[in-house]
Amino acid sequence: MIAELGHAMLWIAAGLALLQIVAGIFELRGRHIVAARPLAIAQGVLTMIAFLLLIWLFVRSDMSVDLIARNSHSDKPLIYRISGTWGNHEGSMLLWLTILGFAGAMVGLFEKRLDARTLTATLVAQASLALGFFTFLLLVSNPFKRLVPAPPQGLGLNPLLQDPGLAFHPPTLYLGYVGLSVAFSFAVGAMITRDVGPAFARAMRPWVLLSWIFLTIGIVAGSYWAYYELGWGGWWFWDPVENASLMPWIAATALLHSVSVTATRDALRTWTLMLAVVGFSMSMLGTFIVRSGLLTSVHSFAVDPERGLYILGLLAFYIGGALLLFGLRVGAVAESQRFNWMSREAALVLNNLLLSVILVIVLVGTMSPIVAEALGSQISVGPPYYNPWTAAFALPLVAVMVLGPLLRWRQDDGAKVRKWAPLLIGAIVITIVLCLIFAPGMGILPLLGLALAVGVGIVSLAPLVGRNLRRTPLPVWGMVVAHFGVAVALVGMATESAFIKERLAAVRVGETVEVANWRVRLTDVRPVVGPNWTAVEAVLDVQRGNSDVETMRPQARTFNQPQTETNEAALKTVWNGQLYAVLGQSAGRDEQGRERWQLRLWWKPLVWFIWAGGGLIALGGLLSLIGRIQPLRTFRGNKAAA
Amino acid sequence: MICADAIPNVKPKQQRLILAVVALVAVIGAGLLATLALRDQAAYFFTPAEAKAATITPGEEVRLGGVVERGSIERQTDGLTIAFRLTDGTAVVPVRYTGIVPDLFAEGSGAVADGRFRADGTFVADRILAKHDERYMAPQMDHIPLNAGDTVVEGDAA
Repeated sequence: MIAELGHAMLWIAAGLALLQIVAGIFELRGRHIVAARPLAIAQGVLTMIAFLLLIWLFVRSDMSVDLIARNSHSDKPLIYRISGTWGNHEGSMLLWLTILGFAGAMVGLFEKRLDARTLTATLVAQASLALGFFTFLLLVSNPFKRLVPAPPQGLGLNPLLQDPGLAFHPPTLYLGYVGLSVAFSFAVGAMITRDVGPAFARAMRPWVLLSWIFLTIGIVAGSYWAYYELGWGGWWFWDPVENASLMPWIAATALLHSVSVTATRDALRTWTLMLAVVGFSMSMLGTFIVRSGLLTSVHSFAVDPERGLYILGLLAFYIGGALLLFGLRVGAVAESQRFNWMSREAALVLNNLLLSVILVIVLVGTMSPIVAEALGSQISVGPPYYNPWTAAFALPLVAVMVLGPLLRWRQDDGAKVRKWAPLLIGAIVITIVLCLIFAPGMGILPLLGLALAVGVGIVSLAPLVGRNLRRTPLPVWGMVVAHFGVAVALVGMATESAFIKERLAAVRVGETVEVANWRVRLTDVRPVVGPNWTAVEAVLDVQRGNSDVETMRPQARTFNQPQTETNEAALKTVWNGQLYAVLGQSAGRDEQGRERWQLRLWWKPLVWFIWAGGGLIALGGLLSLIGRIQPLRTFRGNKAAA
Repeated sequence: MICADAIPNVKPKQQRLILAVVALVAVIGAGLLATLALRDQAAYFFTPAEAKAATITPGEEVRLGGVVERGSIERQTDGLTIAFRLTDGTAVVPVRYTGIVPDLFAEGSGAVADGRFRADGTFVADRILAKHDERYMAPQMDHIPLNAGDTVVEGDAA
C-alpha cells in the first residue's frame, strides 16, 4: 500500500504543477487569481511525502518494490539502506524533484521583495520545470514500480558507495543543482515581465549563493572521497562525473559575481540572465549525463532509448525555450549604467570571461568522447588535455583576483593598486626567489601557482584593512574568507604537485621502508571481517624523524554483496601534510621463502590545504548568504546596537 | 595609463555591444581552441593494431586499450612488476607495469594502460585501469536477471 500511496502522491503533485502553470498564466494576463504561491507549497509538500515513503520502503527492505529489489539488501546497515534510496536512477530523480519542489515551496513562502507579477512568472517557470520531470519520473522511471513475485533478497548496493561521506554526497550536489533551477526560474520570470533590475538581482542572489555553497561542498567532499576511497592518491581525475559537478560550479561562480554587479550597480543585466540560463543548463546536463547511462557508454544509453530521448527532449525544451525568450527580450531589458574599463565591474567582466572560457574547455572535453562514440569513433580525453588548458586560463583568473578587489566600482584612479603594489610585488618576488633557491627543479605551473596564491592571500585581506572588524558587514567577510580560501587551496595544489614523494615496495613482515622523512615498518598482515566484507589488513608502525610511533591500517577489502574488491587507504594527517598508505596484493615470496606484500606510500605535503581551502570558500559563501537574508540581518543589527 | 577623466566616451548601447562581442569572441575562441587541442588528443588512445600501424615516437604519452591475453601475465621477482600482453585480436603489444594493479584486472578482460612505448616496442605503463572499473557509479546491474520472464507489473496508483 505504501508504494501505491507514494505513487499517487506523485500524480497529484504533477497535477498541481500543471494547475500552477495555468493559474499563473491567467494571473499574468490580469485575472485576479492568487493561487501560484499556495500551489507551489502544496506541490512541494506532496513530493516530499512521496520521497519519505520511498525511504521508508527502503528501510523496511520491501523487496516487492522493483527498485528496492534491484538496489538494496536487507543485510545492509541502516544508513546504507537509507542512502540506497538515492543511490540509483529512479530514487535520485525523485530526490531531485523533491528538492525542486521544496525550493519552489520556499520561494512561494518567503520571497517578499520581488514584484508580484515577476514572482508569479517565476513560479510558473518553476512549475513547468517540475511538470517536465514529474512526467519523466511517472512515465519512464517510476520508483514505486512493483515486482511480482517478490524475490526473497535484493541485489545489494555497490560497496564503493557504502561510505558515510558518499551517502550524503548526491543530496548535497542536488541541492546545488536545483538551487540553480530557482535562479533559472527567476531569470525566466524576469524576462517574461521585462523587470530585470537590482530588485530581481537581490531576490536571485541568495539562491545563487545557496546553490554555489552546496556545489562547493559537494565538489570538495567528492574530491576528498575520491582521494581516500579510490586509493590512487590523486584528488582530481577529470572524470566525467567530477566534471558534471564542476561545470555548474564554474557557471555559478560567474553568475555569483555577475549578479552582484547587477544588484549593486544595475549593470551586466544580460550577462546575469544568460549565466542563470547557462548555469541551470549545466546542472541538467550534469544530472543527466550521470544519470542516463551515457557515461558508461553510448550503448548503455541505447539500451533504454525511451529514457534517454526523454531526457534529451527535456534538456532541449528548457534550454531552447529559455534561449528563445532571451533572444526576444534581450533588447527590452536595456541597462543604463556604464563603467570605466578600469573599475571593479571591468575586473568582474574579465572574471566572467575567463570562467566562461574554462567552462567551454571542460564542456568540450567532457562531451567529445560521448559525441565521438555516437559517431562511431573513440577518443579518450584525459589530464594531458585538461591540465594545461584549464591552468592556462585559471592562472590569469587568479591574477584578476589579485587586482579586482583593489578597484572601485564604476571608475578607479589606481590609488589603491599603487598603495598595495610594493607589498604584493615584494611578496611574490620573495616567494619565487625562495622556491628557486630551495626547489630549483620545481615546475613552472606550481611556481606560478604558489606566487599567485601568495598574492591572492594578501589582497584577500585588503577589504578588512582600515575597517572596524566588528562592524564589517558579513558579505564583506564572506568575500574575504572565500578569496583567502582560494589562496589556501592553491597553495595546497601547488605544493602537493611539486613536492610529492612516492614509494612503492614489496615488503616482508618486520621490514622497514622509508618515504620522505617517514619510516614505515610492516608489523603484521592479518585477515579482518566486517559486517558485509572481509579484508586483508596491514598493520604499519609509522614514525616521522624521532616522534612517537603511530599505527596505520590499510586494507584490501572484499565485499560479499555484490562481490567486489576495494582498497581502503590509510591516512596519517600532520600539520604539514599527509602520509597515504595503500596495501596491494601479495608480492610472492623472497629468496628465503618469506611472503612479501605490495605497499604503496605517498608523502603529500600540505595536501589537506586543498580541502581546507575548499571549506573556506564554502564558508565564505555561507557568511555572505547569512548577511543577505533579511531576518538574520535585522537580528544581527539589533545585537550590534544592544 | 590611468584615465582620470571619468567614464569613457561611449554610449551605454555601444558598451553593451562591445561586451557582447568580446564575450562571443571569447566563447567561440575557447570552443575552437578546445576542439583543436582535442584533435591532438584524438591521437591519444590506441588499440594494439592502431599502435602497430601508427608511428608513435617512443616516450610520447599515449593510452593503450585492449584485452589482457590469457596466460600472459608474468610476475617479476621484485614482487611489484608484472609483464603481460594486450591484444585486440589482430595485434599484440607487450606491456610492463610496476605498481598495484586495479581490482578488476585479470587475464581475458579489458584493460587500459597509460604510459609510453620504449624503443624496443614494449609499452611501459604508469597506470592501469581495468575496463568496467566502476569508479564512481553503481554498476547498472540490469544484465542480472532478477526473476525470469516478464513478471514485472506496474505499480497501480490509487
